[in-house]
Amino acid sequence: MAAVTQDTAVSMGRIARVFIYLLLLLFALFYLLPLYVMGINSVKPLAEITGGNMMALPQVWTLDPWRSAWSTAQIGVEPTGLKPYFLNSILMVVPAVAISTIVGALNGYVLTKWRFRGDTWVFGLMLFSCFIPFQIVLIPMAMVLGKLGLAGTVPGLVLVHVVYGIGFTTLYFRNYYAAFPTELVRAAQIDGAGFFQIFWRILLPVSGPIAVVSVIWQFTNIWNDFLFGASFGGTSQPMTVALNNLVQSSTGVKEYNVHFAGAILAALPTLFVYFVAGRYFVRGLMAGSVKG
Amino acid sequence: MGFLDIRNVTKAYGQVEVLHRVDIAVEEGEFLVLVGPSGCGKSTLLNMIAGLEGISAGEIAIKGRVVNGVHPSKRNIAMVFQSYALYPNMTVGQNMTFGLEMHGVPKAERDRALADVAKLLQIDHLLDRKPGQLSGGQRQRVAMGRALVRNPDVFLFDEPLSNLDAKLRVDMRTEIKKLHQKLKTTIVYVTHDQIEAMTLSTRIAVMNKGFVQQLGTPKEIYDTPANLFVATFMGSPAMNIIPARVKLVDGVPHAALTDADGAPRLLRFSQANLAAWDGRDILLGIRPEAITDPEGADRKSGNIQPLANRVTVTEPAGSDTFVTMTLGGRDAIARMRADAAVSAGQIYEFAVNMEKAVAFDPATEGRIAP
Ligand SMILES: Nc1ncnc2c1ncn2[C@@H]1O[C@H](COP(=O)(O)OP(=O)(O)OP(=O)(O)O)[C@@H](O)[C@H]1O
Ligand SMILES: [Mg+2]
Repeated sequence: MAAVTQDTAVSMGRIARVFIYLLLLLFALFYLLPLYVMGINSVKPLAEITGGNMMALPQVWTLDPWRSAWSTAQIGVEPTGLKPYFLNSILMVVPAVAISTIVGALNGYVLTKWRFRGDTWVFGLMLFSCFIPFQIVLIPMAMVLGKLGLAGTVPGLVLVHVVYGIGFTTLYFRNYYAAFPTELVRAAQIDGAGFFQIFWRILLPVSGPIAVVSVIWQFTNIWNDFLFGASFGGTSQPMTVALNNLVQSSTGVKEYNVHFAGAILAALPTLFVYFVAGRYFVRGLMAGSVKG
Repeated sequence: MGFLDIRNVTKAYGQVEVLHRVDIAVEEGEFLVLVGPSGCGKSTLLNMIAGLEGISAGEIAIKGRVVNGVHPSKRNIAMVFQSYALYPNMTVGQNMTFGLEMHGVPKAERDRALADVAKLLQIDHLLDRKPGQLSGGQRQRVAMGRALVRNPDVFLFDEPLSNLDAKLRVDMRTEIKKLHQKLKTTIVYVTHDQIEAMTLSTRIAVMNKGFVQQLGTPKEIYDTPANLFVATFMGSPAMNIIPARVKLVDGVPHAALTDADGAPRLLRFSQANLAAWDGRDILLGIRPEAITDPEGADRKSGNIQPLANRVTVTEPAGSDTFVTMTLGGRDAIARMRADAAVSAGQIYEFAVNMEKAVAFDPATEGRIAP
């Protein structure tokens, strides 16, 4: 009896597994399809796209659309390509991610290990900031940036994104550090370590997984943001706004191959971040909940 | 004035007072154990000595210096935590010298101190490992090593053995005791295990609900418990508490109680001043080892009283046999020699060592002192 039931259990498992893999494969293909279309059409001459099949492989392979998108395409009125805007985005995203992550970590540390009267309220308010829609803050934000003299500059955008991101990063780090044993902090206090020494020597070294989560989250959000970029970018607009200007330009023929190349360029940095740190992402998201 | 003085210390969280006027003077080299049930405030008191919790009222002094408000790192204390609290990202060696490093001790000196302590605790071979790669017992050693390296005035232990399995716990207990005998350091040790308290301590403070119920040597606590709580908390199996009435026979006080069949029995007290309680109810406290088979009775005792009673259950435990009977309407346990011929249901003549008996006032639950 036992052998029989075990037998069926195994074969059932095998069938189920084949089914699951097929399904996953199908999903993967489905999700890869747009990337495929973008990829092959970005290396075709324009004539092949307008005259032929979007799905077909190119007859003539060319990198001209990429060159054009990067350095010569018409963005708004200037034929600069996406290059300067890409740079703007980098200059914005790196400090914004770094600052919001560090501040989030410090907030999480204080909110869990240096509890003070009303700390849950402070945390609640920070959490609340995660739910405020972008649109609501546009006008007050514009006024603040104007008063600070940061309107239309990269530092202005950095400030906006840091302020908007702190709610999320604080949430991540607070939940992660809540599971971190307080006895360790007490031991370090007895050992004579100060506020920053404890943070730097005890907590930070074990914060890898959650830092990855925070960085990925912040990077994708800030890099992909359009609204703040369009509203406060001024002369230093980020990549997303430039891409929009490239694709939406109403003059001349629509250079689809250039648009595709530009879109891929705009997506590359986030893809890169996911490839490098993606496997830590899930691990980090889980860590806070599983650890005793 | 002691080496570590706890004077009238009170702790309140908001309106709730969790420790009430605790007053203990610890001498240099003493091993004081704070013992009590969960939630009685042991850890709170220890944390107040360490400086991890504020003191609501009263004062704590170490070596004559009042340390209220002094930062934990400046009290020259070291603490071993229940969870060991080893820094997971540092090696054993770094863990142990972190405190010295924070106190600005030069590297050469740190290494020397580390080598000494590692040798003492036999953990030299573990110094390059991370805490995650150690067994529970090894972590325990490292945690003690981290405390020893600092060479503090006072060691504080918060249930250091409660995460170990039974066998290892006994081994480590012996080891801590040896260490204390060798180093003669002052230790305050928290546990809720009364056996740990009895075996390790030079003095015990039994706590309940934020009050120190009794402070004394293990022998005092065991033989002359101040009240019912201490009597039943310390000792395993617990002290038998039997409702009885004092009755004078020829002017000598006796405990009148009922046996399993409801028949009256008399046990002569050794404690003369109980005569004043003639005719009044008391609670008679007798430890299981004071109720034995006649051959197993303490020969040095001047007052062995016979007591015939029906046996309810026998539980052979190898070295001893525990016998349950009904006395005064309650279960009482006797501790017999392993080969005492006794079986359930029979009437057996027990020997009760009344020299070891104590009497409690049912109203106040305090012991009626001789
Ligand atoms: N931060 C706090 N706020 C309010 N009450 C607290 C706080 N910390 C501890 N208490 C209360 O103080 C009392 C004593 O706690 P403590 O941790 O000292 O107990 P304990 O004797 O160490 O118990 P255990 O054996 O379980 O460790 C408990 O009733 C607890 O609920
Ligand atoms: Mg405790």
